[in-house]
Amino acid sequence: MWKHSFNLLLCICLPALVLAQQKISGKITDAKKRPLPGVNVYIKGSYDGATAGADGTFSFTTTTTGAQVLVASLMSFQTQEQAINITGPVQVTLMLKAAMNELKVVTISAGSIEASSDKNNTVLKPLDIVTTAGATADIVNALKTLPGTQQTNDREGLFVRGGTGYETQIFIDGLMVRNPFFTSLPDMPGRGRFSPFLFKGTTFSSGGYSAQYGQGLSSALVLESEDLPARSSYSLGASVLGVSGGLDELSKDKKGSFGIEADYTNLAPYFSIAKPKQEPTVGPEIIGTSLNFRRRTSSTGILKFYGYCNWSRMGFKKNSIEYPGYQEQTDVRNQNVYTNLTYKESLGSGWRMNAGFSYSSNIDKIKLDTIQKSPVTNVHARSDLSQLKLMLTKSLGAFSQLRLGGEYQYAVERSEFNSYNASYVDNYSAGFAESDIYFTPRFVGRFGGRLEYSTILAKVNLAPRASLAYKLDDYSQFSLAYGDYYQKPEPQYLRFKQDLSYMKATHYIASFQRLSSNYTFRVEAFYKKYKDLVKTVPDTLTNGTGYAKGIELFWRDRKTIKNLDYWISYSFLDTKRNYLYYPYEVQPDFAAKHTASLVMKKYFPKITTNIGVTYSYASGRPYYNPNLPESKFMSEKTIDFNTLGLSASYLTTVGKAFTVFVISVTNVFDFKQVYGYRYSTDGLRREEIVPNAPRFLFVGMFMNFGIDRRQDVINNL
Amino acid sequence: MKKFLLLLLPVFAAVVTKAQSPQYQDAMTKQVGLLDAPASYTPQSMLDISNTFERIAAAEKNQWLPYYYAAYTQVMSALMTQDKDKIDGLADKAEANINKADSLKQNDDEVACIRSLIATSRIMVDPQSRGQQYGPESGMQIQKAKQINPENPRVYLLEGQALYYTPEQFGGDKAKAKEILQVALQKYAAFKPASSIAPHWGEPHAKDLLQQAGK
Repeated sequence: MWKHSFNLLLCICLPALVLAQQKISGKITDAKKRPLPGVNVYIKGSYDGATAGADGTFSFTTTTTGAQVLVASLMSFQTQEQAINITGPVQVTLMLKAAMNELKVVTISAGSIEASSDKNNTVLKPLDIVTTAGATADIVNALKTLPGTQQTNDREGLFVRGGTGYETQIFIDGLMVRNPFFTSLPDMPGRGRFSPFLFKGTTFSSGGYSAQYGQGLSSALVLESEDLPARSSYSLGASVLGVSGGLDELSKDKKGSFGIEADYTNLAPYFSIAKPKQEPTVGPEIIGTSLNFRRRTSSTGILKFYGYCNWSRMGFKKNSIEYPGYQEQTDVRNQNVYTNLTYKESLGSGWRMNAGFSYSSNIDKIKLDTIQKSPVTNVHARSDLSQLKLMLTKSLGAFSQLRLGGEYQYAVERSEFNSYNASYVDNYSAGFAESDIYFTPRFVGRFGGRLEYSTILAKVNLAPRASLAYKLDDYSQFSLAYGDYYQKPEPQYLRFKQDLSYMKATHYIASFQRLSSNYTFRVEAFYKKYKDLVKTVPDTLTNGTGYAKGIELFWRDRKTIKNLDYWISYSFLDTKRNYLYYPYEVQPDFAAKHTASLVMKKYFPKITTNIGVTYSYASGRPYYNPNLPESKFMSEKTIDFNTLGLSASYLTTVGKAFTVFVISVTNVFDFKQVYGYRYSTDGLRREEIVPNAPRFLFVGMFMNFGIDRRQDVINNL
Repeated sequence: MKKFLLLLLPVFAAVVTKAQSPQYQDAMTKQVGLLDAPASYTPQSMLDISNTFERIAAAEKNQWLPYYYAAYTQVMSALMTQDKDKIDGLADKAEANINKADSLKQNDDEVACIRSLIATSRIMVDPQSRGQQYGPESGMQIQKAKQINPENPRVYLLEGQALYYTPEQFGGDKAKAKEILQVALQKYAAFKPASSIAPHWGEPHAKDLLQQAGK
C-alpha cells in the first residue's frame, strides 16, 4: 500500500520535476560575429551553466525560474551579464567585447623600438642587449644592430638617420646625461659608461619622439632604471679586461634596497700580448664605482638614487702624419661623476608626479704632444650640469593621458687650451605639454609641444610634435609621426661664438609593424629636413642645411627554428648636408647609404650554452681628399665595411652562484675596415683611419650569489 | 538541561554554517572526479572544467575549494598549452582565484603548491629572462608548503618534478629527483584526503615521472 502510493506520488510529481528544468541555449560571438569557443555561460548565483563549444553554441538546463541573470565570461573579453526571464526554454545570442589589455590597445610606435621586461610584446628584451654578439655588452653597440643606426665605429655615439652622434641624446629616468661615453681618443670611440644591467627598459627612438625630451636633433635613447631587486645578491666578475664586484641588498621589509658596485679595468696586459695599431703609453685604465638606493615610499611611490664615479687614464703613441719621422702622443685623464635622484608618486584623482634631480661633472685633461717637434698642448675641460625636471601626468578616461612638465638645466662649460680660456654658462629652461588621446582603443593621437629658452643663445624655440597610431588587428599597427626638434650647437662652437641659433630638424615618419611574441616585422620610411646647422667656413654661423630620407626594415623570428632567435635589419639612407667646412650639400663622411645587420642567437639546452653571431655590413663612406677640386668634394668612398662577431656563453652554477662564462671575438675573419683617410696639411701624405684593435678577444666570467632568504620567509609565517 | 541546550547552540550553529548543500557536494564530487581521469588533462578540457569550478565559486563565495580547483585547472592548462601567448593570461586568472582561496583558508599547503605551479608557468613564457625571478619564487612556495604540512605528497611531487626538469647546471639533479619522487609515492600511499573533494591529485603523474626518471 505504502509502496503503491509512493509510486503514485512519483507519477504525479514527475511531470512537474521535468517541467521545472528549462533549457537555456544560444550562441556567443565576438564583435565581428565570429563564434567564440570556451565561453563560460551560467545563471548567476546558481551552478547551472555550460562552456560554449567550438561553434560558439551552448546549451544547459536549469531549475531556476523567473528573472535571472545570464553571465558570459571568457579570458581577454569583457564579462557580459544579461537579464533573462525563465518561463520556458530560453534562446539567447550574446556578443562579447574584447577586454582592453596590452595587446588590444594601440601605443605610439613610429620611430621607436622598445626593450622592456615589464611588457611581454616588445621588439627586444633587456637581455638581448647583453647577449648580442660583437656588442661587448655595450648598450649603444647592441643598438647598432637595429634599423636606423649607422656603423660609425670610429667616433663615439649613436649615429641615427643621417644625424651625427651629438644629435642623439641619452636620458636616464627622464634626465639628460651630459657625458654618457668614456672620453675618447682620436679614432677610438669611448664605450658607454652605463651597464645594461642597470636598466629594466630601453626605448630607442630614431625620430618623432615625445615632447618630454628635447635637445636631440635625431634620436633619443631613453633608459629606465630597475626598481627593487627581487632578492639580495652579490656579484663578482673577472675577465681579460679587469675585475668587478657588487652587492645588491634588499631590506627585510622588501620595501627598500641599496647597492654598491666597483670595477677595475686595465687593458695594458691585454695590449702587451695583442698589440694594437697605436702603441699604448698609459693604461688604458679605468676605476669605476657606483651606488644606488631605492625605497618604496608607499604602495604607489618610489624614490631612487643612482650615483656613479669614475676615473680613467690612457695614452697612445703613433707615427705623425704631419711630421714624418716624429711620433705623436695623446694622453687623456678623465674624472666623471653622475648622480640621479628621482621620485615618483601618485597624487590621487588620476594625477601622477615624476620629479628628478641630477648633477654631473666631467673633467678631461688632454695632453697632445708631437715628441721633440712642437710644444706640448694641454687641454683642460670641465663640464658641470645640474638639472631639475618635474612632470605631472593625468589620466583622462581609460587610456588617454595628459602630460605637463618643465625642466631647468644649469650648465657650466669650462675649457682651457694652454693659456687660452673659453668658458661659458648656460641656463636652459623648457616646458612641455602633451596629450595621448584615444579616439578609440585602436586609434590614438599624441599632440604636444615643447618651449625652450637658453640664455647663451638668448633665443626661444617652440617645437610642435604630433603622432598618430592605428591598430589594424591584435598584432599589426600603422603609425605616423611629425615633429620639430631643436638642439644647441656643440660646446666647442658655442664657447667661441655665442651669437649662434638652435640647429633644427623636422621629422616625418610613416611606419607599419606587426608584433607577435614570436615574430616581429617592421618597415619604416622617414624624411628629415635639417636647418641652421653649424658652419665653420667661411665663418662660424648656424646657416647649414641638409636632409635625410630613407627606408628601414626589421624582421625578427624566434620560432621557425627551435631555440634559434634571429633578426635582420636593413637601412637605406639618402642624406646630404652642408655643414662645418663643406662647400655645398654632400653625403657626409659619417653616413653610409646601405647598412644591414644579422643577429643570431641559438641556445643549446643540453649544454646550457648560448651561441651568438652578429654580422654587420655598411657600404663605403665618403672621405675628404684635400687634393681634389671643390667640385669633387667628398666624392671618393672607402671600401665597404664588414664585421662578424661571435660569442658563446655557458650558463651554470658554481657552488651556489649563478655563473656565466663568456668568450667573444669581434671581427672574427679580420675583415679590413677603413673608416676614412687623414691627410697631412700639405696633402702629400695620408693615413687610413682604422680600428685600433681590429679584432678583440674577450674572455670572462660573471657570478651572482643570490642570498637565500627562504629561511626568512618561512620563519615569518 | 536548558543550560546544556544553550551550550549546544553554538555547536549546532557552527554545524549549520559549515554545512554544505547537497548540491555543492554533488557538483564538486562530479568535477573533482573528472580530475582523476587522465583524459581531462588537455589544455582545453582543463579550461572547460575550470569554467564549472568558477561557476560553483561564484555561487558559493565562502568555499575555498572551488576557487582552489579553478586555479589548479587554469594553471594546469597554462602548463600544458603550446601557445605561449596564452600562458600569462591563464596564470593571471589562476592567481586571482588562488588569492581568493587563500583569503578563505589562510596558510594552506595546497594553496602554496598552486602558487609554485603558477610561478613555474610564468617561467615558461621566457625562461632566459624570467628564470631568475620566478625560479626562486616557485621553490620558495614548495618550501612553504613543506613547512606547513610535511606529509603533503604534492610537495614532494613538485619538488621532484622541479629537480627533474631543471638543467643540472642550475641545480637540477635527476638522481635526487628520483629519490624525492619515491618519497612522494610513499606519502601518497599514506595520504588521507580530508574529504572526497579535498585535493588529492598527482599520484599517477608522480608514477609517470618516476618511470621516466628510471630510464
